[in-house]
This record gives sequence, structure tokens and C-alpha cells, in this order.
Amino acid sequence: MNFLLINFFLISLLLVTTFFIFKTTSLISVVALTGAFTLLCSAIYVNLDAVDVAFTEAAVGSGISTILMVMAAAKLPEGKKNKLINLFPSIILAVSISLILIIIIANLPLLGDPNAPIHLHVVPEYLKESKDFFHIPNVVTNILASYRGFDTLGETIVIFTAGLGVIALLTSNTLNRKTNFKKNNKKNER
Amino acid sequence: MRDKISSSPVLSVVSKILFAPIIIFGLYVQFHGDYGPGGGFQAGVIVAAAFILYSMIFGLSKGETLVPTMINRYLMCVGVLLYAGVGIVSILLDGMYLDYNVLSSDPSTGQHIGIILVELGVGITVATVMIALYHSFASFGEINE
Amino acid sequence: MVGGLFIIITSQNYLKKVVGLAIFQTAVFVFFVSLAKVLDGTAPILTKMENAYSNPLPHVLILTAIVVGVATSALGLALVLQIYRNYETIEEKEIQSLELKSDK
Repeated sequence: MNFLLINFFLISLLLVTTFFIFKTTSLISVVALTGAFTLLCSAIYVNLDAVDVAFTEAAVGSGISTILMVMAAAKLPEGKKNKLINLFPSIILAVSISLILIIIIANLPLLGDPNAPIHLHVVPEYLKESKDFFHIPNVVTNILASYRGFDTLGETIVIFTAGLGVIALLTSNTLNRKTNFKKNNKKNER
Repeated sequence: MRDKISSSPVLSVVSKILFAPIIIFGLYVQFHGDYGPGGGFQAGVIVAAAFILYSMIFGLSKGETLVPTMINRYLMCVGVLLYAGVGIVSILLDGMYLDYNVLSSDPSTGQHIGIILVELGVGITVATVMIALYHSFASFGEINE
Repeated sequence: MVGGLFIIITSQNYLKKVVGLAIFQTAVFVFFVSLAKVLDGTAPILTKMENAYSNPLPHVLILTAIVVGVATSALGLALVLQIYRNYETIEEKEIQSLELKSDK
């Protein structure tokens, strides 16, 4: 019962944060609110017994990503209070998607049901082997590196590629190639 | 802008005190991943946070002398290659790709060796990519002016 | 989650769009992890005692996805910075009008 109450409280805080991110125009406050959002999410993960995920979310989501966003927001101009675009179609889209999701979630097994299909398939074998054969207490690490090694290799390569992309976009010598667009615009103005 | 050094002595002293413990905590998370929560992804980010703190407080150019850009980029590749290399080694030892049981005569020890090596590869990649991200974001806009 | 989607579509500011994408992502992660919960279970770190553990498989998937998500949103931020360098604005309408002007 306690568990559900805490969860409900945290999720309602999440909704409030999302609403204020939507409303705020100042970029730096949007970034700060995003940091708060991810920190709340890591609290939810602890409540859901996912300590590894909570650790990652606290370090990566609210640490590094907030720093990067602050760096970006410092270089960008202050956000303007503009009229919202596409307001009507997006309301329809949002309402219909949330209806579909609610219908689907109503058909899912109850939260925390130990007999749900997800808990019956391969995971008991992983838990048993990890305990009796490999002697690795933290099953998450074991699955991450061993059973799902290929996935993790792929994800590492994705991170590597994203890093390469950012380096190529931001630190390459763009002095010469800089802004054909601006030159064109200046020509037009003359 | 580039060489602007923080004027507050509190910041520089505190960051100097914190630098080593953050890295030690990162290494603990890295190599204790088998037993408690943690692993390569988290450890990489924590180690990167130490270096990012350093270059935030003392300016980007000092941060870049601490972690030279080219060495950082080589290490990014080394991390991925270490992960992929463990798979190749296990093929050479008559196993399947990323099959750690063959890395040692005892399958359980083999698993431990494999997992530690793979997590090390992940940790190196994540740490260096995060440092590279920070440095490129911080240096943006200073090349033009 | 729908809130994130709403922000992506309605805001004109590109940085806010990236933030909306991050929120959307995080909502999906929370959903995934909530599937892994077992009532009266503990975190999936094995101990001597026999008890129920929550399902570690979604945890693994989400753990890697979080780091990848941050790396990709950094890529998005880099693109936004480049857009700002070229157009000197990051509002969608203004960029569209600038494009129209330069086409003429």
C-alpha cells in the first residue's frame, strides 16, 4: 500500500513538472526543470526496485545531460514567447493516443503480479544460473555483459557514433564553410 | 573567455579536494559491478564527471591539457575495440563470439574475466565520449570569434 | 508521455523540442521498468536468502537505453547549435520565413 502511495505521489509530481516545462519560455528554467524531472524518475526507479537503472538515471540523466543542456542554453538566445503552433491537431493526437494507451494498460497484468508472463519465461533461468553456476550476485550486470552481450556491444557503438557526430558537427574547422546561407542573405539584401 | 579562470577560491579548492575521490568512486563502481549496483555505463559517467568538473572550474584550456583531445579520441576507439576484441579472442579460443566460458579453464572464472573486460571497454568509451561531448560543447562558438 | 509529444509538436523553440523528446523517452522507460516490478520482491542482487526478485531483463534494456538516449539528445543539441550558427535564431517560424526570403 505504501509503495503505491509513494508511486502515485511521485508520478503526480512528474505531471506537474511536465506542465511547467510546457509553460515556461525561459530556456535555462526549462533545462533546470528537466533535471528535476529526471531526478524524480530515478526516485521512481528506486521505488520500483530497479537500483541499477536509478543509479544510471541519476548519474547520466540528471548529471551529464543537464550539464550539456546548460552549455547549449548558454550559447543560445533567450526563448521568446511565441504562439503555439499546430495546437488543435496536437490536442486531438494527444487525446487519442492517451485513450489507446489507457485501453491497452487496462488489459495488462496487474502491477507487481508475480505470475505475469514477463516473469515466467527466460528470467528464472538467468537468476538460477547466475546464482549457482557463475556466482555473480548482480544479475543485471551479468545479463548486460554476458547473456545480452551483443545488445550492449551495439549500444556502445551507438554511443561512440553519437560522440563522433557531435565532434564532427561542433569542433570541425567550419570557418571556411561557415554559413553559405548568411552570404546568400546578404546578397539578397543588397 | 577561453582562459577565464574562476576567481572564487572556494570553488577551486573544493574541486581539487573532490577530484580524486570522484575518480576512486568511479573505479569502485566499475570493478564492483558484479556484486553491487554499478557497471561500465555508470562508472564511465562518474569518471567523466570528475574531468568535466575540472574543466568547468579551471577553464577549457586547462581541461584540454589534462585530457588532450587526440588522446581522448583514440581512447574512444580503444574502448569499442576492447569490447569487440574480447569477442574475437573467444572465437580464437574455439568458442562463439562473446562466449566468455572459454577465456579460462573454469567457465565461472572465464565469465568473470569476460565481464570485467567488457565492462572496462564500455566504461572507457562512455567516459571519453562524455568528455569529448563536453569539450566540443564548451568550445563551440569560440572558434569563430 | 503524451505531454512530451505535445511539447514536441507545439513548441516553436528547437531546444524545447529536444527536451520534449527526452521527456517522451523517459516516460517510456518508466513504463518498461514498472513492468518488471514484483510485489514483495527486492532489487535483483542475489543474496543467501530465497526471496522474490524483480525482473532484471527490462532493467538491462533500460540501463543501456538511458545512456544512448543522452548521447543522442546531445547530438540533437549539437544540431540545434549549428542551426543557430547558420540562421541566428532557433524559432521554427522565423527559420521558415528566412528560408522563403532566401529562395526568392
